[in-house]
Amino acid sequence: MLSLEDKLEMYRKMYLIRTFEERAEELYMEGKIWGTFHLYVGEEAVAVGACYALRADDYITSTHRGHGHCIAKGADVKRMMAELLARDTGYCHGLGGSMHIADVEKGNLGATGIVGSGIPIATGAALGCKLQKNDKVVLCFFGDGAANTGAFHESVNMAAIFNLPVVFICENNMYAMSFPAQKAFALPDIAERAKGYGIPGVSIDGNNVLEVYETAQIAIERARQGEGPTFIEARTYRWKGHSKSDRQAYRTKEEVREWMNKDSIKFLEKHLREETVREEELENIKKQVEREIEEAINFALESPEPTLEEARRMVYA
Amino acid sequence: MLSREITYAEALREAMREEMRKDPKVFLLGEDIGIYGGAFGVTQGLIEEFGPERVIDTPISEIAIIGGATGAALVGMRPVAEIMFFDFMTIGSDQLVNQAAKIHFMFGGKAKVPMVVRAPAGSGTGAAGHHSGSLESWFAHVPGLKVIAPSTPYDAKGLLKSAIKDDNPVVFVEHKLLYKTKGQVPEEEYYIPIGKAEVKKEGKDATVIGYSIMVPRALEASKILAQEGIDIEVVDTRSLRPLDTETIAHSVKKTNRVMVVYEPPRFGGFGAEISAWVGEELFDYLDAPVVRLGGEEMPPPYNPNLERKIVPQIEDIVREIKKLME
Repeated sequence: MLSLEDKLEMYRKMYLIRTFEERAEELYMEGKIWGTFHLYVGEEAVAVGACYALRADDYITSTHRGHGHCIAKGADVKRMMAELLARDTGYCHGLGGSMHIADVEKGNLGATGIVGSGIPIATGAALGCKLQKNDKVVLCFFGDGAANTGAFHESVNMAAIFNLPVVFICENNMYAMSFPAQKAFALPDIAERAKGYGIPGVSIDGNNVLEVYETAQIAIERARQGEGPTFIEARTYRWKGHSKSDRQAYRTKEEVREWMNKDSIKFLEKHLREETVREEELENIKKQVEREIEEAINFALESPEPTLEEARRMVYA
Repeated sequence: MLSREITYAEALREAMREEMRKDPKVFLLGEDIGIYGGAFGVTQGLIEEFGPERVIDTPISEIAIIGGATGAALVGMRPVAEIMFFDFMTIGSDQLVNQAAKIHFMFGGKAKVPMVVRAPAGSGTGAAGHHSGSLESWFAHVPGLKVIAPSTPYDAKGLLKSAIKDDNPVVFVEHKLLYKTKGQVPEEEYYIPIGKAEVKKEGKDATVIGYSIMVPRALEASKILAQEGIDIEVVDTRSLRPLDTETIAHSVKKTNRVMVVYEPPRFGGFGAEISAWVGEELFDYLDAPVVRLGGEEMPPPYNPNLERKIVPQIEDIVREIKKLME
């Protein structure tokens, strides 16, 4: 059972992700961050709910839209912000950027720019855990788009037949870039796919952090007990464009607004108020988070850039 | 001939539009090429003209895109597949390298695979390790594939039209930084034969051989070098395979000094092939060893300063040519 403290911590993490993303977007508009990135705004409940059910020594694999997973698994936002600003103090010394943030010490095996490519890696990590008999579980994040890659099919099947300790969590945010999930699947629920692999599958409301937590917890426990993988489809929505160059011609403003009304943070706020949390307490959390992000930005801006010599040393172990 | 200035991306779009209007067998497939217009906007407006049956948006399924193009080509269509980033070619490579490239040969000439796979390549946009690749040398290594990498809107249009008409699988390399560059393109229809290099600038002191983004960089370098009295010739190979050795030989015999410049890592790349061939065939004409100016031996870094440093820039070409002239 989640205590009120747990729920407040989940709230803090969701707000931390939201604020991180919004400030990162502003820095991009100011020309301080370069390249592109994929914002997680709107999907915070999936990462936070699912990671909250993990042990600190469990693993996750992330995606190109990975900032939320990273924060939910316990990353330091200073080092994340430094990575976005291509600094030497970033998680990847400024060599990886937004799409490749990994926090291996905290069990985050990394984001990826190749859609679906984290799924075989999660499967392999779960195989490694099983072989080492270390009782750890791998939580594999991917999107609806990734569910249509060949990598998905091969990996989920292999995880199922080898009974691996992995939980596949599909963040169905309704679009693979511009391609609507409605058109990309000949099934109403992606979770129905699970049947074809002989593993349990469930579709849930990805904007309800409590439901995500409860579902993930059951799946993670199953995996830890040696009962094999579970497939969770968490339905959610990305509020922002796919990347920074998306005109969003493929969806209507009304649709976006409708989903923004189902804001996962507002949902949790309402729940917390019902549990008699005072407004002041929520405000304090927000203020503390905002301060943390500003400190992260200052840390990043004051950090040095990596050198070519250092980059050369990174090519081989 | 009437001409106008259009961008590289527009030139590619015109090539596809013209071939689609002429031949109902030509169709496009790829990720986000419909209403989104392609990740770099190349196919913008084509779904409006040709409809979703000929401009087919697919799920994120590179194996099925390249394999699907192969199968459709096998039964008589002329597919033009778009792979969103060149790096993603590796995912569908089995279908391209083991199937499309070999089918004509393995089936004893009984079947052909007329298809084009277009993909944006190259670094310079801050897209880091999975979205900045230049893997053209990999595919140039495969007998049965043709690999084209044009440097101007004029070449892009004429070569893409020829690629679509070609009866073999063609890999069409489009450098991201070229999409918005402009150049003169005739109003009238034209084709450029595949495998013909072009001397983009004549010169007498040294030959710079390159393709794609390195051609405009070499041309810029030639202006700086001219101020110092060095007159370089710039040969744009336009395709990596087939390679126009005749044009290269003609130039080398004239200048006796050669530099080959390319973006991917230097080791085992396009420059090695050119350098080896020139060494084997034109040794007696050389006044100095062939210079290979390629990328650093590392994946594309995210940091913008490093990203720029690991790929040959104008100043690198100038510096290396000066050394070559010493």
